Amino acid sequence: MGRYFAYRLLSLIPTVVGVTVVVFVAVRFLPGDVVQQMLGEYGAASRELRERLLREYALDLSLPQQYARWVVNALRGDLGVSILSGRPVVEDLKQRLPVTFQLGVMALLIAWALALPVGILSALYQDSPLDYALRGLAIGLLALPTFWMALLIISYGFIFFGWTPPLRYYSLSEDPIRNLQILSIPAFVLGTHLSAIVMRLLRSTMLEVLRQDYVRTARAKGLPELVVVLRHALPNALIPVVTVIALQVPLLVGGTVIMERIFALPGMGNYLLSAVQQRDYPVVQAITLLSAVTVVASNFAVDLLYGALDPRIRYSER
Amino acid sequence: MRTGPELLERTAARARAAVRICGLFRRKPLGLVSLAWILGLIVLAFWAELVAPYGYDDFDIGRRLQGPSRDHPFGTDDQGRDVLSRVLFGARTTVVVGFSALAISVSLAAAVGVASGYIGGYVDLFIQRLVFICLAFPGLIFVIFVISIFGNSPATIILTVGFFFSFSMSRVVRAAVLTVRESPFIEAARALGAGSLGIVLRHVLPNVVPVILVVASSQVGSVILLESSLAFLGFGVPPPFPSWGRMLNEAQRFMVGHPHLALFPGLAIASTVFAFNFLGDFLRDVLDPRLRGQP
Repeated sequence: MGRYFAYRLLSLIPTVVGVTVVVFVAVRFLPGDVVQQMLGEYGAASRELRERLLREYALDLSLPQQYARWVVNALRGDLGVSILSGRPVVEDLKQRLPVTFQLGVMALLIAWALALPVGILSALYQDSPLDYALRGLAIGLLALPTFWMALLIISYGFIFFGWTPPLRYYSLSEDPIRNLQILSIPAFVLGTHLSAIVMRLLRSTMLEVLRQDYVRTARAKGLPELVVVLRHALPNALIPVVTVIALQVPLLVGGTVIMERIFALPGMGNYLLSAVQQRDYPVVQAITLLSAVTVVASNFAVDLLYGALDPRIRYSER
Repeated sequence: MRTGPELLERTAARARAAVRICGLFRRKPLGLVSLAWILGLIVLAFWAELVAPYGYDDFDIGRRLQGPSRDHPFGTDDQGRDVLSRVLFGARTTVVVGFSALAISVSLAAAVGVASGYIGGYVDLFIQRLVFICLAFPGLIFVIFVISIFGNSPATIILTVGFFFSFSMSRVVRAAVLTVRESPFIEAARALGAGSLGIVLRHVLPNVVPVILVVASSQVGSVILLESSLAFLGFGVPPPFPSWGRMLNEAQRFMVGHPHLALFPGLAIASTVFAFNFLGDFLRDVLDPRLRGQP
């Protein structure tokens, strides 16, 4: 396990370095430089101010030097200063990340809570009307745009229940019950969309596992069907399905942006969208980098989990 | 000139294929329905003017925010424009943006996948590293990031979306090329003195085309979802020309009390994505028997 871990960890380095290069270089394609963008907002400015800002943003250095400085600062936890608010981006993110993180975790939990029973039932009653209905549900959920689902809940929720999304956000520490009420609907919308992939994959791995000899043995020795399914079949069927988390995380990061916009949540996604509108590049750069690193880290975690669950994987890696 | 028996054999093969496809349609009637829906969509994209009862920008403030009626089956929006007509014209945006992005991603994926898989060695290693780096970005964030730098003109959006989807597609193409590369007929062609370019164009590419088609068709739904998400967030074709995503964005201000504004454009997106996903599954069954029955 130690070697597997080390091998995986080492193979992350080029990817993370590449991501930082892409994010750094892309922003240099902007017409003019950041300082010009800033000054553009406030009209013509003195040369003195321009030079001071150039030095502040280290734009007087060569590109590789700038890159090195940016990476070293990022490693120290300094992601630059927001042009608009003048505050360090990290300070803003500290307030906003917990919202996005909580929304994402809740969505994942809901996705798996929905998908497990559906996948199991679909496989147990293969080719029955129930199976067809559940598979239809999964294909339907895949095609439903999350933003549409959210809008329908808002517009019909008002008509049928007189419900409107709350105007003010309460954090988990401020008021846990209100916080969960606020986040449950966007998390549910994201979760149902994400659950479809799990449903489909779990059904097929379950079908495969249920045909194995050890399942027949378990049944033959008189174990109740519930024990056979939950203790003998499900854990083995879940192993390949775990890798789906790696597919879900990028979708989740994008999905939270949309949900935060619709439900006016003070998370990272809303921060990104307003930063894009106001051309606040340090913020855009920081959030893009952060989401790519999140995806890489989640892939790494899934690899480790997969290796831990299935010994065959870690031995095949030499 | 084709000889008699050869012609007969070809005709028979075609007939067998036709019978097989008809049989598939009978077993999976939804595949046929999906195909019809998509063909209808494409026709609509070209001739929306002939079908739509009103123009996409014919406003009538006196009739704003009306629910569905005989004159306006899908109701009217906040400027009194006919929602049905706007949904019909919106098909053009979906088809043009979706298919152009798909065309870009397919050609890029084919070029990169074939180069990476066929040349192999350090070239392959380098290209795959790049692909992995690009795959680290979540789709929506990637496109928003690029748009924030290069501006949100339709051309930029199409290019970026196409570029983004080519990463994962190129992986599949590469995998297919790797298996084809080791086939005896490639060795035979090389023994006969064929050059690399000739082998790639005449032997490798035709053999990975089914794989490319299957991957492409399975991605159309995702391309359309991404495009409409972007339009929903305000990045898309400029108004007043309608796109389904932006119609939903505009609906947000009035939808409480006027749910028809949110209902119909979303229904158009969902059913189109559904049709493409279903057609993708169906095409996979027809073109790649090895994958049959997989999720």
